[in-house]
Amino acid sequence: MYFLLRRLDEGLLMEALELARWQFGITTVYHFLMVPLTIGLGLVVAIMQTMWVRTGKAQYLRMTKFWGKLFLINFIVGVATGLVQEFQFGMAWSEYSRFVGDVFGAPLAMESLLAFFVESIFLGLWIFGWDRLPKKLHLATIWAASSASIMSAYFILAANSWMQHPVGVEMIEGRPVLVDIWAVLTNNTLLVAFPHTIFGAFSVSGGFLLGISWYHLWKRRRDGIDTVEADGKVLVGDVESTGRDRTDYQVWLQSLRIGAVIAIFSFAGVAVTGDLQAKLMFEQQPMKMAAAEAACHDGTGFSVLSLGNPGSQDCDDIVAVVEVPGMLSFMANGDFNTEVKGVNSLLPEYQEKFGTNLPDDPIYGERAGSEIDYVPVMEVTYWGFRIMITFGVLAACAAAVALLIVRKGAVPESKWLMRLAVFGILAPFGANAAGWIFTEMGRQPFVVAPNPDPNGIDNVFMFTAAAVSPGVSVGELAASLITFTAIYGILLVVEVRMLFTYVRGGVPSAMPELLHNHNGRDDDGASDGKDEGDVLAFAY
Amino acid sequence: MEFLPTLWFVIIAYLWTGYLMLEGFDLGVGMLMKLTARSNQERRVLLNTVGPVWDGNEVWLITAGAATFAAFPLWYASLFSTLYLPLLLVLVGLIFRAVAFEYRGKVDSDSWRNRWDWAIALGSFVSAFGVGATLALTTTGLPINANGDREGGAFAWLNGYALLGGSAVVLFCLIHASAFLVLKTDGDIRARYRGLLLQYLPVGLLPMGGWAITVHLSGGKPLTWLTLAIAVAGAIFAWVMAARERDGLSFLGMAVFLTAGTTTIFTSIFPVVLPSTLDPAFNLTAANASSSDYTLSVMSVVGLIGLPAVLLYQGWTYWVFRQRVRGDRIPQAHSVTIQ
Repeated sequence: MYFLLRRLDEGLLMEALELARWQFGITTVYHFLMVPLTIGLGLVVAIMQTMWVRTGKAQYLRMTKFWGKLFLINFIVGVATGLVQEFQFGMAWSEYSRFVGDVFGAPLAMESLLAFFVESIFLGLWIFGWDRLPKKLHLATIWAASSASIMSAYFILAANSWMQHPVGVEMIEGRPVLVDIWAVLTNNTLLVAFPHTIFGAFSVSGGFLLGISWYHLWKRRRDGIDTVEADGKVLVGDVESTGRDRTDYQVWLQSLRIGAVIAIFSFAGVAVTGDLQAKLMFEQQPMKMAAAEAACHDGTGFSVLSLGNPGSQDCDDIVAVVEVPGMLSFMANGDFNTEVKGVNSLLPEYQEKFGTNLPDDPIYGERAGSEIDYVPVMEVTYWGFRIMITFGVLAACAAAVALLIVRKGAVPESKWLMRLAVFGILAPFGANAAGWIFTEMGRQPFVVAPNPDPNGIDNVFMFTAAAVSPGVSVGELAASLITFTAIYGILLVVEVRMLFTYVRGGVPSAMPELLHNHNGRDDDGASDGKDEGDVLAFAY
Repeated sequence: MEFLPTLWFVIIAYLWTGYLMLEGFDLGVGMLMKLTARSNQERRVLLNTVGPVWDGNEVWLITAGAATFAAFPLWYASLFSTLYLPLLLVLVGLIFRAVAFEYRGKVDSDSWRNRWDWAIALGSFVSAFGVGATLALTTTGLPINANGDREGGAFAWLNGYALLGGSAVVLFCLIHASAFLVLKTDGDIRARYRGLLLQYLPVGLLPMGGWAITVHLSGGKPLTWLTLAIAVAGAIFAWVMAARERDGLSFLGMAVFLTAGTTTIFTSIFPVVLPSTLDPAFNLTAANASSSDYTLSVMSVVGLIGLPAVLLYQGWTYWVFRQRVRGDRIPQAHSVTIQ
């Protein structure tokens, strides 16, 4: 291992900075596959359990148990990969941690102390507390855990928003020093990023409910349990021995409708907050928005399709073929004719303010003195922005169509439509990931973007090139990058396999007692004479 | 020494102690699942003694890391980047362990369970060792330069103290877990772990004692003579009480040993938080590594609200799940029948 690292140290062409960035990108995008589902599904499960406690209807208990089981299968991978996030700032980005530590560590520590403790502990109570805690207290535990996950998001986004738009600090001895925590916690960037992210998370859970419920309604028809008469009336069947009774039908139909409604409403929320966010971003990070458009020249139109090669970073290469006139202006300013600055006008402004070359400081490693590229990788920002919007719109439209199709209570027999519904689950995930990749890549070459507000704070910015750990070798970064990528790959396969198994098993996968041949006890040592109060409802 | 950095040094020492106190036994239980458990049923008993609580225990680690970042960013940056590889191992161990806890019982197959049992046992071992090495090295020193960056290669941190701290925490976790299992199990299993506790406690706590004495001898204060003596007394008390089958008191003895031990270690190095083995002038101290007074004040308010609340609701969790776990009283694992 040591020699391998030495060899990598000497022979590998990639520099530490690139490896650290790939690692941060891979681990963060991956972590954020689990996070939105946890946030979205947690609230859904809490609502379902509330409906059960209030109405006592069996279908709500089944919904709570089934979706709760999928929630946990996903949650645990989020927890496991979240640990990496907390550690890697110090491990791979020690210069960043030193520079921003006075501001950036606080929201992270607040997240641990005020949110993550609550989430983890109350979720443990919820998992193992069935039948042990009084009904309403048990319900309170899932609400506590679910609210805490949303609060977690708030603190993490406070930290991220500060990197997009630093506020509440003064520069003292070359480092930003916190002077106003409220400014950080009420950063206008945060106030729009938070609802945008939360609605994005809900849209993930909406699609998840819709796709899986569609599959089960489809399977009930395929297996001949439910039939549809010529006039469209649904005859609901009943196979009690496998738990596929009339209540089961209610579970899926209702879950599908809830999912579709969530998907539609959260899209509305995402669109409104996204618009607000874009307007702020045109102001705070104009280069990011110009790069989102691959717009070289000032203009007012939103590009639907730009041809050429955005990746060439050469403006002469890019021609907008289809444009919506005035749209870009509307996104930035709310009118249709104010010119929005393109890369060509922004570049000299950035160069004048922040220099054309990196300072000759050893902190920049091999890049010291080299020219600064202020234009983010445009093929990523341009397409990231469009994938986000496209997937978001598609998911919402599909949800509306789905509601229409199932208005009489049945899904069509078409296998392809079922597959489309199941694969549609991926669209909101894709939109979420694309949005994050866009906003993080669009901030480059800065890790802390400068605040352009004339009343803002001068000189609070940091180039990503200066943020990486100077003492950590290329070999170490390569080793961790390979390790994390491999482990995350394995975990993805395992989690998806587990989700498939539990989805296929239907409600009885979370409630084995629904199956008639179920004996309810461990085979080795089963005896029914014990005090029921001492038996946990669930054990690992 | 200023008040706020001192307070935060104490809080971080407290967080690490809380972590070792709580996750200490679930890491130990994880290792014991492969070391001593004899059947699947026994492994399930062990697993379910920590099932409802392990995740909450682990948050103490995350909080210790985040609080270090917030209160002592220079300490966080130097320690975590210098110990890149051992912390990578800690993370890998914790990732596998977490997923294994949740997934082990979800497929009804011996090979599936066996694979995840290894993940739990090895994951627990590696994380315990890595955490121990990290804590030992921040108290004995690392080759950091004036900027706080590591001089030397990827393994420049590797020395006897790393091995001492690593084995100290691994062995402590095993002993602590045995004391915990005596409290949480019943019948044969309970008797067996009491036997193991009695047999191995004296030798198992030696490395941690050795680490405390090492640090005490290099920078100890009059107070640490006292805490050291309390730690030894706690260990003896734990052993005697285990022999008399006073299991609650025995566990209390372990808690006293740990608290007095970590107090000795952290008090001895204070005000240094990370000594440099290259030049004492490069030492990171509570004063030169800390955040501004304003940030520390803000965090103090948050800590004063958050930490007592955590103690309350986490304590309540332990109360809710206070029953002993017995093989004949745990339900069948929820594995799935595909329709």
